[in-house]
Amino acid sequence: MRTPLSWLRDYVDITMAPHELAHRLTFAGLEVEALQYVGLALPAGASAARHSGLAWERDKIVVAHITQVDAHPDAERLVLVRLYDGEREHTVLTGAPNLFAYKGSGPLPTALRVAYAREGAQLYDGHKPGWELTRLKRAKIRGFDSYSMVCSEKELGISEEHEGVILFDADAPPAGTPLADYIGDVVFEIAITPNMARNASMLGVAREIAALTGTSVRLPWRSVPTRAAAQPMPQVQIAAPALNPRFTALLVEDVRVAPAPYWMQLRLRLAGMRSISNIVDITNYVMLETGQPLHAFDYAVLRRRAGSRPAPLITTRLPAPGETIATLDGAQRKLDDFTVLVADSAGALSIGGVMGGGESEVSAATEHVLLEAASWNFTNIRRTVQAQQLHSSQAGYRFSRGVHPAMAPLANLRAAALMQQLAGGSVSTELCDVYPQPVVAPVNRLPLAEVQRHLGMQIPAAEIVRILRALEFVVEDAGSTLVVTAPDHRLDIGTGAEGIADLVEEVARIYGYERMPETQISDTTPPQRANPALEHEERVRDLLAGLGMQEVITYRLTAPEREQRLLPPGVPVPAAHYVTLLNPVAAERVVLRRALLASVLEVAEANARFQQRLALFEIGPVFLPVAGAALPLEQRRLALVLWGPRAQSGWQAADAGAQDFFDLKGLVELLLESLRIEGVRFESAQHAALHPGRCAQVFGADPAVVLGTLGELHPQVSAAYSLAEHAALCADFDLEALLAATPARHATAPVPRFPAVVEDIALLVDEELSAARVQALIVQTGGAQLAQVQLFDVFRSAQLGAGRKSLAYRLSYQSGEKTLTDAEAAKLRNKIVRRLQQELGATLRDK
Amino acid sequence: MEQDFSIMEQAALAALRAIGDEAGLRAWQAAWLGKRSALALALAGLGQLPAAERPLAGQRANALRVQLEQAHAAHAAALRESGLAASLQAGALDVTLPGRPAARGRLHIATQTLRQICAIWAQMGFQIYRSRDVETEAYNFELLNIPPHHPARDMWDTFHTTTSGSLLRTHTSPGQIHAMREYAPEPIRVVLPGMCYRYEQITPRSEIQFNQVEGLAVGKGIRFTDLKGTLTDFARRMFGAQTRTRFRASYFPFTEPSAEMDVECFLCTGSGCVVCKQAGWLEILGCGMVHPKVLQNGGYDPAQYTGFAFGMGPERIAMLKYGIKDIRYFWGNDLRFLQQF
Repeated sequence: MRTPLSWLRDYVDITMAPHELAHRLTFAGLEVEALQYVGLALPAGASAARHSGLAWERDKIVVAHITQVDAHPDAERLVLVRLYDGEREHTVLTGAPNLFAYKGSGPLPTALRVAYAREGAQLYDGHKPGWELTRLKRAKIRGFDSYSMVCSEKELGISEEHEGVILFDADAPPAGTPLADYIGDVVFEIAITPNMARNASMLGVAREIAALTGTSVRLPWRSVPTRAAAQPMPQVQIAAPALNPRFTALLVEDVRVAPAPYWMQLRLRLAGMRSISNIVDITNYVMLETGQPLHAFDYAVLRRRAGSRPAPLITTRLPAPGETIATLDGAQRKLDDFTVLVADSAGALSIGGVMGGGESEVSAATEHVLLEAASWNFTNIRRTVQAQQLHSSQAGYRFSRGVHPAMAPLANLRAAALMQQLAGGSVSTELCDVYPQPVVAPVNRLPLAEVQRHLGMQIPAAEIVRILRALEFVVEDAGSTLVVTAPDHRLDIGTGAEGIADLVEEVARIYGYERMPETQISDTTPPQRANPALEHEERVRDLLAGLGMQEVITYRLTAPEREQRLLPPGVPVPAAHYVTLLNPVAAERVVLRRALLASVLEVAEANARFQQRLALFEIGPVFLPVAGAALPLEQRRLALVLWGPRAQSGWQAADAGAQDFFDLKGLVELLLESLRIEGVRFESAQHAALHPGRCAQVFGADPAVVLGTLGELHPQVSAAYSLAEHAALCADFDLEALLAATPARHATAPVPRFPAVVEDIALLVDEELSAARVQALIVQTGGAQLAQVQLFDVFRSAQLGAGRKSLAYRLSYQSGEKTLTDAEAAKLRNKIVRRLQQELGATLRDK
Repeated sequence: MEQDFSIMEQAALAALRAIGDEAGLRAWQAAWLGKRSALALALAGLGQLPAAERPLAGQRANALRVQLEQAHAAHAAALRESGLAASLQAGALDVTLPGRPAARGRLHIATQTLRQICAIWAQMGFQIYRSRDVETEAYNFELLNIPPHHPARDMWDTFHTTTSGSLLRTHTSPGQIHAMREYAPEPIRVVLPGMCYRYEQITPRSEIQFNQVEGLAVGKGIRFTDLKGTLTDFARRMFGAQTRTRFRASYFPFTEPSAEMDVECFLCTGSGCVVCKQAGWLEILGCGMVHPKVLQNGGYDPAQYTGFAFGMGPERIAMLKYGIKDIRYFWGNDLRFLQQF
C-alpha cells in the first residue's frame, strides 16, 4: 500500500525522520518495502534498493503565480504565460492544454498557482518515457527566450501525469515558497500481511505509529449538518446476512460533479489511484483514509429503475440462475451461485463489495448520490474476486481481508461530509442502516502471567495497558488480570486461548522484539528417539559417495511420456496410474514420478555431452497411487547409473575399458556387503528397460522380496537417451526393502592365528551351470575350515569342447585351532571335488 | 709360507677392488673364502707342516681369513650403497606431471546443506522428523489455522492433484501436526526437513520444488525469548560465532506472535554489499510461537503448553553462502556445478 507521509500526519504527530519511521513500522510487522521521496532530500547513505526520488532544489523549484496567459503570435499549440516567482516577473512558453482556457482573457482575476522551475533546475524529462533526469537550459524556442518551466507532475516525479501543468488550489502559499515546503512528501510502500488487514488505510497505519511512538491518533469523524431529504429514501433488505452483515446508505442531494481539488487528486495519485471526479474521488479517498470501501450510485438512475414504486428497493441477494451483470469496466459478467449482488427491483446494480455496475455509476450529470457503505463476508468476497478475476479491485482487496461492520456508518458519514464540503451536496438526516447480525466485540481476560508465560519476560503492567489503549482497546485493569475489549475496527481478535495469543502478539509487537532478551530453553528435554529409516538412508548415501558415486537430486514432477522413454520402441506401455496435477505449470511436469531411474537417466543424458564418465545415484521417493486411498504410497528408492570408462583418462595408460555389468555388480555387492545384508543372491531376470541377457534381480535372505534390479540398459533405450557410446549400467533398488534386510548388528570373527593353506583348483563344467551354484556347493561342502573361495578365472576353448567351460577357484583352508597339514587340506579338497563331481558333473582339470 | 699368504692377500684384495656387482662378489667369495679356495686348502694343509711352523702359519691363515671376510663385507656394503644411490637417481620423477585421476563421489549440495543445518539442530537436541510430500488439504492448511478461502492462502500457490483434497505440500509444516499427534502429550523438539512444492514459474529466482527445514519445540515452558535465544544460537553455528540477528514482527497463520529473523550479512558483516542489497542483513527464516489452534489440533492444551516453530530454505542459504545466482542449478544437476562442492 502506497502511504504518503503528509496524509498520515493528518491523524498522528510524527517527529522522527521518514527512514527511521520506516524502520519502526517494519519491525512492528508493517514492512516498508520502499520509500519514494517526492521533492524531499533522501537521507545520507540511503540504499538505492529501497529509497528513490528526486529532491527539488529549494531555490530553483518554487510556487509561482500566473497573472496572465497570452496566445503565442504564430504557434497555436503554445501559450505565453506571465508569472511571478516571488522575485520577479517571467514570461514562460508552454504547451500545457489546461492553460488554454485562460488564453487571451487579459489579467486573471485570481492568479493561478503553479509549480515553477527556474533556470538550471533538475527535473524529469516529461516528454520521454520512463524517468530521465534533465537540467533546464536557456534556449530560443519559436523566437522566445526560454529558460524556465511551469511543471507537470511527471516533471517533478510525483506521478506519470503529463497532460497539463499542476494547478494548485487557491490556498496555495505565496509565490517564491520552495515547492518542497508545500507538497514535498515521502511515500511509504507498505506490505500488508493478512492479519494486518485493518491497517490497509491511512488511519490504520497512523494508529500503529501512535502506539509505537507513545502518542494517540486524531480520528477524522466529524459531525455533519444534515437536512431531511427531498427525495424519498430507499428501502434496504438483506437476503443473506451471513454474506452481507451490514448495509448502510446515505443520500447526498444536489451535488455539483466537478474535478476534485488538487490536494485530493495529489493524495490519490501519490497513493496510486487515478482521479476521476469529486464524487468518485471522495469515495476512494475515504476508502484509503479509513479502509472502508464505498460506492456511489446515481440516485436518479435508481429512481427511474424503480418505476412506479414510491422509492427504490435495494436488496442484497445471491444471483438468480443464469443472471449476469454489466460492470463499470464494461464487462458482461457471469455470476457464481455465491456472488452477492446489490440489486433493485429492476435487477442487479453491482457486485457487492467488488465492483459497481455500469448503468448506475456517477456521471457528470449526476445530481443526487446514494452513498453505500456495507460489510461483506471476507471469504466470500475472496472467492468472488478470484472467480471474477478482479484482483485489481481496491474494494475487493480490502473486503476480502475483512472490514469491520462498525466502519460502515462512520465512513459513510465521513464521505458525505466531504461531499458537502467539496461538491456542495446536502446530506440526508436519515441513514439507512440494516445490520441484522451485529458483531459482538470480543472481551478477553488477560492475566499478566500469561504474557510472561508466552514471552518469557515480564513487561510492566502499565506498559501493557498503554500499548493496548494506544491501539484503541478498552482495558479495565483488574489487578493481575486485564479485561480487554477489542476496538470497533478489529476483526482479528479471537477469544479464549486464541484471544490471549492475539493480545500477547500486540503487546510483543509494539513493545519491540528487539527489546526482549535471548534465553536458552529450560523446559523438560523430550524423549530421545532414533530414526532408523533416515539413518539408513544417510548411510547408503555415504557409502555410495565413498564408492565414487555423485549424488543427484531431480524434479519429482515429470510427465508419463518421459518415463516411457525407459521402454524400447514397440514395447507396449503398461497402464500406470500417476499422481496427476490438477494445475500443472508446464507440460513436461504434470505428474509425480513413478520411475526414479528415468530421472537419473535424464541427468546422465544431459551430462554425457560434457563428461567422459558418469557414476550417478539418487535416493528419493516415487509416488504410487493406491486404489481407494486419497494419498499415494511414497516409496523411497535408490537408482544408480554408471557409464563410460572405468577410470578417467590421464597422461598415463590406465584401465580405459568401458564399465560393464560386472563393474555395476561389484559396486552393488560392495554396497550390500557394507550394509551386512545376508544371503545375497543375484538371479538372472528380465526388465523391459534392460538388456535381456544382462539383467539380474537381487534378493536377500527372504526369497519373496526383490531388493532391486540391475543390468545393462537396453541398447535401444540407451540410444534414446543418447548414451549409446558406452554401455549404460543401471540399478534400481527398493530402499525400504534394503533397510528391512539390513541387520541392526552383526557378529565379528577373530583374526586367524594359524596360517592358511591355499590351493587352486580348476573345474570343467557344463556351460549352463551358473557360477553361483558351483560356489554355493563348494562353500557348503568346505564347511568351517574353508575360509575363503575366490573365482579367479573363467576359460573356454576348443580343446575343452563346445558347451563346456573351466572355472578356476582359489581355496583357502584354515583352522582356528591349529596349522592344517597338507594331508588335512587334501582330504578337504577331495571331499569338495567328489561332491562337485557327483552333484554337478564337474571334473577336475589337470593343472 | 709367509710369502704365500702375502701374495694371496694382495691378489685377493686386488680382485675384490675390481668387483662391481653382486655376482662378482659371490664368485670372489667362492674363489677366496670358499671350500676350495687357496686359503681353505692352506688351512687344511696345516697338519702337514712341521710342528714348529704350524702355530705361526695357523695364526697367519686365520688372520688372513678374517681380513678377507671384513674386506668382502666392506666392499659389499659400499657396492650396495652406490647401487642404491644410482637407482634412486634413476628413479627420479617429474613431480610436476599431473596425478592419476581418482574418482571422487560427492553428495549433492542440497544434501550437504541440509545435513549441516540438521546436524546443528541435532546437537541442540532437535531430532529429525520426516513426513510425506503429498498431503491432504487438512494437514497442509486447515489444521495449520489456514481455513479455505482465507486471505492467508494467498501466501502459497499450491499444486493440487486430481484427487480432491490432496495436494503437494507447500511447506513442511504439515509435519508439525503429524509430529504433535504422534508425540502428544510429551514435549517435542524436532526439525522437519523435506521437499516442498509451489505453483510458480521456474526462473533463476523461483522454483516449483525446494527443500525446507522447519523446526518445532513444544512443552510446558517454551517462551518467545527461548525462540530468540535458540535461533540466534543456530545462526552463530551456521554463519559464524560473531553473527548478529534481529527479529521483525511478521505473519504466519500457524504462529502468533510471528517473526522474521534476519542475520547480519556474513559476506560484508553488515557494512552492505551486493548480496544483502546494501541492507547489511539477510532474511533467513520465519518463526513464531505456535498458534493455540495449531497446538490444539496437534493434541496439546494451549492453556498448558506453548511452543515455537521456525522454517528456512536450505537452497537459499546455500545460494547466499556460495554466491549461486540461479536456483535452477540445484535440480539441473549439471556435474560442472555439483562438482564445485
